[in-house]
This record gives sequence, C-alpha cells and structure tokens, in this order.
Amino acid sequence: MVMFKAAFVREWRLLARQKADWLNPLMFFLIVLTLFPLGIGAKPNLLAEIAPGIIWIAALLSVLLGAERLFKDDFRQGVLEQLVAAEQPLLAYVLAKIVSSWCSTALPLLLMSPLIALLLGLDSAAWLAVLLTLLLGTPLLNLLAALGAALTLSADKGGILLALLILPLYIPLLIFASAAVDQASLGLDYSGQLAVLSAMLCLALALVPLAVLKALKLNVG
Amino acid sequence: MFEAVNLELTAGQLLQIGGKNGAGKSSLLRILAGLGQPDDGEVLWQNLPLTESDFPQNLCFIGHLSGIQPQLTALEHLEFWQAAFGLAPTDGYQVLATLGLAGLEDIPCQLLSAGQQRRVSLARLWLTNRPLWILDEPFTALDQSAILLLQQKFTEHLASGGAIILTTHQPLTQQFPAAQLLELAYRW
Repeated sequence: MVMFKAAFVREWRLLARQKADWLNPLMFFLIVLTLFPLGIGAKPNLLAEIAPGIIWIAALLSVLLGAERLFKDDFRQGVLEQLVAAEQPLLAYVLAKIVSSWCSTALPLLLMSPLIALLLGLDSAAWLAVLLTLLLGTPLLNLLAALGAALTLSADKGGILLALLILPLYIPLLIFASAAVDQASLGLDYSGQLAVLSAMLCLALALVPLAVLKALKLNVG
Repeated sequence: MFEAVNLELTAGQLLQIGGKNGAGKSSLLRILAGLGQPDDGEVLWQNLPLTESDFPQNLCFIGHLSGIQPQLTALEHLEFWQAAFGLAPTDGYQVLATLGLAGLEDIPCQLLSAGQQRRVSLARLWLTNRPLWILDEPFTALDQSAILLLQQKFTEHLASGGAIILTTHQPLTQQFPAAQLLELAYRW
C-alpha cells in the first residue's frame, strides 16, 4: 500500500511535468471526432448512426497512443531493473501505473463525453450509454494497453508492434460497447451488453496485472 | 561469455571485479544480481539457488543505469526509494546534505551535473538496510570528495556485517586490504 501510494504520487508528478504525455492523446481524440462530422457533411442522421463506432475507435486509439510511454522511461533509466532485482513491491507499482494511466487518459474522455454527444448529434439516452460503456470499457483498454506496453518494452520500434498486438484484443470490447450505444439510441434495453463488459473487466482486472508483472520481469532479465 | 568463474563472499567482505572494457564485468554482476541466467553453473545465496532463497530481499542493486528520472527532484527520488525498500520515511534533507547536495533537493535532476546525479543515485545506500550491495561502477563521474565519502560508507557497511560486490577501475586495495579481487580477462 505504501508502495502503491509512492508509485502513484511519483507518476502524477511525472505527468504534471510532461504534459504532452497525456495531452497529446486527448487532443488526438478530440480532433479525430471533429474530423468525422466535417468529412461526412451535413447528414446528422448518418452521423448519429455511426457515432458509437466512431467514439469507441477514437477512444481506443487515443489510449493506445498514451500507452507506449507507460514503462519506457523506467526501463531506459534502470528503475525497473532495480525494482526487479531487489524484489521491491512490483505489483503495487504496476497497479499504480495502470490506475494513473486510466486517470490521465480515460477519465478526461468521460468528462468530455457530453461535448462529444453534442458534436455527433447523439440524444441523451445514447449519451448515457456512451458514458456507461466508457466507464466500464476504458479500464479494460488501459489494462490491455499496459500489457502491450510491458510486452514490447525492449522492442526498438515498439509502438507499431504494440498496436498490432493489442488492437485485436480490443475487438470484443468494441463490438459490445458499440452495440450497447446502438441499442440505447433505438430506445432498447442494453443491460446485457453492460453485463458482458463488466465480466470482461473483472477477468482482466484479475489476470492482466499479473501478466504485466511477468512481462516486465522477462524484459528486464 | 566467460568461464571458470568461482567465487565466494561472506559477511563483511568486499569483492572487486576488474577487467578490461568489454570483459563481461557488468554481465557477471547482472547474473550475480539474479537479472541474468548463467549458461552453465549456478549462483547460491546462503547455499540456496537464488530463485529459491530470500536473496532479492537482501539486495540493493545499482547498475550502470542510474535509475534517475530527469523530471523528478532528488527528494522525490528518495521518497520513492524509501517506499520501495519498505522503510519508514526519514529525513531526506539530512541524507542529501551528507552527500553534499544541500540546496539542490528541490531541483529536477535533469538540471544537476552527471556527478551530482550519481550522488543522488547512490543516496539509496544511505537509506537501505539491506546487507548485500551490488554496484556497477559506483565511482563513475564522482569527484575526489564523493569517492572518499563513498569509501567511508563502504567501510561502515562492511564493519556492520554487510557485503559488497562492485566493478571499478579504481584501485581499492589501500582502503580495503581485505578486498577480494576478481580479474576477468579475455581468453581466445
């Protein structure tokens, strides 16, 4: 717990001093979403229809964009090898990294969701669905992105490899999340999709941090 | 990479690993620290293989990478290491003043010189209570006063029953007559 707090505080200090690390993915998300209405033209109905897919694809790409930095500096500067060699509480460190990456990349997306709903012409029922799926889905995005970042740590051009590795894993999430928003905009019940998302999140919460831990050890050793 | 390395270290002893650049000093240290696997042979801690013993909890490892985050201050590094070692928070200012870094506690480390960054990195040795230190080139970039300070710290640590393995090109036999020396050499 002490280590979790220390690693979390450390991560926030780093984020506060390297603003590009979390601002760039956010800007990217906003710009992608702004481009769609411009590119498609004045067809509000079409826009509202494809909005769930657009929001989710933009969200997962922006999380992915912020993922590569997660362990990179600590790996390059030797922090990780010191933590691994001296058996310091690595799991707490990994959890702190994941939680702080969610707070810095995904939480702002949730806060921006009303704006996005306005931009893409979604009604309030669909917006609520967007909010709920983002709430359940983004932690999953961050968990898997952390796994990808840990696996590709020692790869030289890790960014593309990370995307190739992790994007296929996002497919189920994308399917259920956009289906939920679709249902909501038709006025149908979407609790089933939310339940599936919750189940995926629970599974990932239990397993992914351990996999990240193992991947970090492999890359350092 | 190397063969026929045979060594034993007991409490209160210092082992210096020497050899030319590229002789494999750092690789040997990584194996001793449990970060690498030897192709053949084994490393034992209290007669147990590393993976089966409580070796990692007894180790303080500072490799040739300093572990310094350029954006964080010296004091923030100390805070993190204390938590990592599971130690109660102590007065970071005191430790940094000992290391001649008074007045530089709140400056991001990227603004410090190489020698000062090295001092921050070595501050871990003043914090930890772990018995075995494995240090890769700890004297790099340090000035004469810092080298003396570090050697004093080594003497204290050895006197209190600790052990040290380090690589350096600095001759240490004067200060540490009992030091073991392992010279790695190429063999074609």
